[in-house]
Amino acid sequence: MKNNTALSPQHLKYLKNKKKAAIAVHVARLGLLVVFLGVWELLAVTGAIDVFLTSSPSRVLETIVTMTTDGQLLKHVWASLYETVAGYVIGTVAGYLIAVALWWNVHVRKVFEPYLVVINSLPKIALGPLIILWAGTGKNSIIVMTVLISVVITAISLMNGFCETDKNKILLMQSMHATKLQTFTKLVAPANLPTLTATLKINVGMSWVGSIMGEYLVSREGLGYLLVYGSQTFRLDLVMSCTVLLCALAGVMYAIVAVAEKLLLKNKY
Amino acid sequence: MQDILIFENVRQVFYTDTQETVAIEDLSFAVKKGQFAAILGPSGCGKTTVLSLISRLIKPTSGQIKILSDNPNAVGYMLQHDHLFGWRTIEKNITLGLEILGKKSKEDYLYANTLMEKYGLGEFKTHYPNQLSGGMRQRTALIRTLATRPDILLLDEPFSALDYQTRLNVCEDVYSIIRKENKTAILVTHDISEAISLADVIFVLTARPSTLRATHVTGLQDIPSPLKRRESKDFSAQFQILYNYLNGGNK
Repeated sequence: MKNNTALSPQHLKYLKNKKKAAIAVHVARLGLLVVFLGVWELLAVTGAIDVFLTSSPSRVLETIVTMTTDGQLLKHVWASLYETVAGYVIGTVAGYLIAVALWWNVHVRKVFEPYLVVINSLPKIALGPLIILWAGTGKNSIIVMTVLISVVITAISLMNGFCETDKNKILLMQSMHATKLQTFTKLVAPANLPTLTATLKINVGMSWVGSIMGEYLVSREGLGYLLVYGSQTFRLDLVMSCTVLLCALAGVMYAIVAVAEKLLLKNKY
Repeated sequence: MQDILIFENVRQVFYTDTQETVAIEDLSFAVKKGQFAAILGPSGCGKTTVLSLISRLIKPTSGQIKILSDNPNAVGYMLQHDHLFGWRTIEKNITLGLEILGKKSKEDYLYANTLMEKYGLGEFKTHYPNQLSGGMRQRTALIRTLATRPDILLLDEPFSALDYQTRLNVCEDVYSIIRKENKTAILVTHDISEAISLADVIFVLTARPSTLRATHVTGLQDIPSPLKRRESKDFSAQFQILYNYLNGGNK
């Protein structure tokens, strides 16, 4: 094992260059955002663009501050977050269970295959009217929509992962006389942890699509509701603020999942 | 010595949509307790079928396979690749078989631990497989198979995935461990020199449908190492004999 003092000058130079390149990426990323916001603000201030249609960074900030102080913001963010996370958890868990059932029994899998393909291809928004009639006009409808959007794709990708588990490892389990349950818990499930975390990442986006689309259809609160309300009343400041907030929320949720993935997988896969 | 595995007129047929394939036809042989046997055959001769039959993953179409042991877990199977589970530590990989069997007794785990210490895996217990060299991984796979205390060890070309240098070393390693633990071993291979360097007795199979062409006794069991066996003076003569068998010559 070498320690830092034993590194050759060339090696140090190599490491320094690598670090420089990494810093350059970070600076450019941040710079891109600053320049974008700066140009937007500049064009708005000089009157080159019509703030009535485009809003501006300062007005977005102002809107967010005002709404935070009067408590409106928290209420709407909370509503959307609740629907999204609830739909995310239910959709993922249900999708996982369906995938297990389909993996378990070849007959069941073959029977359901064409149905899954059709349901997967169906635009879930088409079910909106039905969902409202069946689940009511409250939060439940929105959660159902969110679940529908994530559950099918979760089930299909996990089932494919389960079925593609290394045949020779399955053979190893069989040679040890493992039961089906043991084969699942000791091999198939852990071997597909990367499949699961990949699905969890995809589902972050899916769930936000579900909840915002649900709120477009039927809602009295939430960021999707605010977006529709804002556009109908031509309050572009509000629309832009909601969009920025959605970016932030989805980004944070994705980051949490990515960190969880890193912890779960470490260097084992 | 007592027989531990007996094949009696075993026949195995496989079906597909378009054809019926006879993989094995009237195969009979017996392996004695403590023997190191090799099953040598041309590629595609149904070696894997023989392995699946011995490990009771499939039942013969007709004929009988007898394993003379009270041990319900009499056969341990070592596959071509190590197939260690990346998410388990070396220790957890080795005790996988015990977990599956529901053998939770202290004694079993102690035995697995003893094996690990004895064969130099003790310091790697908490490591993950990707931190180990190919040779060490293969050794871990062998210890995993031994941990459930099988009477018969099945080796499915366990060195074929390794580069030549590692292959010779791992071969040496596996041989000495199997001898020290006093196990009956059955190696399935198409590599003539590997068969001579490891086995006491070699069963040569014909091409499909496989049946026994010849039984060859190497008489090298007193030479304690596969590498040394390769240096013995009748090694090349034996190679020639087996080569002829494989290519259709008769006894």
